[in-house]
Amino acid sequence: MMKARGAAAPFALWMAIFTVVPLGVVVYYAFTTAEGAFTLDNIFAIHQYAGSLLRSFWIGLLSTAICLLLAYPLAFSISRAKGRVQQTMVMLIMMPMWMNFLLRTYAWQSLLENNGFINQFLGLFGLHLNMINTTGAVVLGMVYNFLPFMILPLYSVMVKIDRSVIEAAQDLGSNAIQVFARVILPLSVPGIISGITMVLIPIISTFAITQILGGSLVNMIGDNIEMKFFGTAPDYNVGSALALLLMVLLLISMGIMNAFDKDNEGVTV
Amino acid sequence: MKALSRVYNSLIFLFLYAPIAVLILFSFNDSKSRVVWNGFSLKWYEQLFQNEMIMESLQVTLLVAIIASLVATVIGTAAAVGIHGMNNKLKKVFLTVNNIPVNNPEIVTGVALMLLFVAIISFMNHTFGTHLKMGFGTLLIAHITFDIPYVILQIMPKLRQTDKHLYEAALDLGCHPVPAFFKVILPEIASGVFTGLLMAFTLSLDDFVISYCTAGSGAQTLSVTIYSMVRRRVTPEVNAVSTLLFGSVLLLLVTVNVIQIHNENKLKKEERRGRAR
Repeated sequence: MMKARGAAAPFALWMAIFTVVPLGVVVYYAFTTAEGAFTLDNIFAIHQYAGSLLRSFWIGLLSTAICLLLAYPLAFSISRAKGRVQQTMVMLIMMPMWMNFLLRTYAWQSLLENNGFINQFLGLFGLHLNMINTTGAVVLGMVYNFLPFMILPLYSVMVKIDRSVIEAAQDLGSNAIQVFARVILPLSVPGIISGITMVLIPIISTFAITQILGGSLVNMIGDNIEMKFFGTAPDYNVGSALALLLMVLLLISMGIMNAFDKDNEGVTV
Repeated sequence: MKALSRVYNSLIFLFLYAPIAVLILFSFNDSKSRVVWNGFSLKWYEQLFQNEMIMESLQVTLLVAIIASLVATVIGTAAAVGIHGMNNKLKKVFLTVNNIPVNNPEIVTGVALMLLFVAIISFMNHTFGTHLKMGFGTLLIAHITFDIPYVILQIMPKLRQTDKHLYEAALDLGCHPVPAFFKVILPEIASGVFTGLLMAFTLSLDDFVISYCTAGSGAQTLSVTIYSMVRRRVTPEVNAVSTLLFGSVLLLLVTVNVIQIHNENKLKKEERRGRAR
């Protein structure tokens, strides 16, 4: 439209220095020793973290699946509600996201603790559950924190599904299950995909949530990276290798999602 | 079926809000306990305002969020206009780079910036004998960096909707490019610039991971302070902070909504008047 490309110059400079170069520095550290000589040792050292990596994947996949299962019916019923109700419900979904995730996670800590709210309640029936510092607590924290990020993309796709398409399927003799499997589910695939993208990798790379709800018993790959940079025995080189691994994972998952999402532009909120 | 979905929805909303409700309730508890209710009191709020660490980090948080969102909005708006004027190939390169901080795991963005800062600072200190260290400056740079992409993403769609002939007409009528931008383009994209600014501000306010990585020992944001308090489990004031933060967000949301509804009504009224004519 206009010859204003120069206006992007400060941006180009800023992003080059503070986005592109830092990633280069990570790659450099990942492939060098502390003295600066080339090495592949850091990359090989990743296998020591196989346990925590597997745990990250397991927690990530499980939490994402639970988010999807919980979010799907809710998103659908919001998308079928009346205009005003829809707006209010969407706002109610978004509001908890405005509270810092540390505080939301911390709120669960006081509920789950051994003398916490839930156990006090169970105590009335003579029961006791050991919940804090378990993988289950971490999964719960993840689901709680990321559920809105699954609901909103699902909702924004479902709200576009025309009522008459569903009615047509019903008129043609489909029962509820067939309507769901042949009409609603296929049409909501883009929402499912963008929901998974918004939830899975952020969960896998999270730290802090594990430390608040999982104690020292449950650590994920994000915690390992944090330890390598800010822990008592820092090792930037191995830490960079782990960070590089996360970036590669991200690229792979984006590649997979793009392949799934060829015809439909992903929906983001 | 309808009743079933109503029950289900209520359960999900209960799940979303119960922890927050408990948190707010216990900010008014008279004792340190997070479980046993000992009566109503405002003492944690009083202590909160006397807690220097929290007050200082609140100041840092607000200052960083304000400066970073303003700078990011200026750089981002200029960049969006520039990118909009590029050919498709160059545009694609710029938007890809723009998406890096959006898609990259936060911890990776954080440690990458931290490594850069450490390298620059040790270089400066060695060659020029300065005594730089990570602190407010590095924190600010990091925040501007992750704010800019969101500003651009808010403005690009608005630019696509603007009529390019308007700007050309202004030039043909003898207006210089820069005033033409302020008089013709900016009013058209103003809503995008404003949501970009708001989004950058809230992202900065809410950020934890990147601040944690880039603040060093020189400055602490509220979220970093909260994290260290939660980790040490000395937390009654944290309940009070959360309640105040949640309350202000609620107030902000309601205000924005009221303004929106007010504007919509005004628009409708004007439309009706227009039609009447």
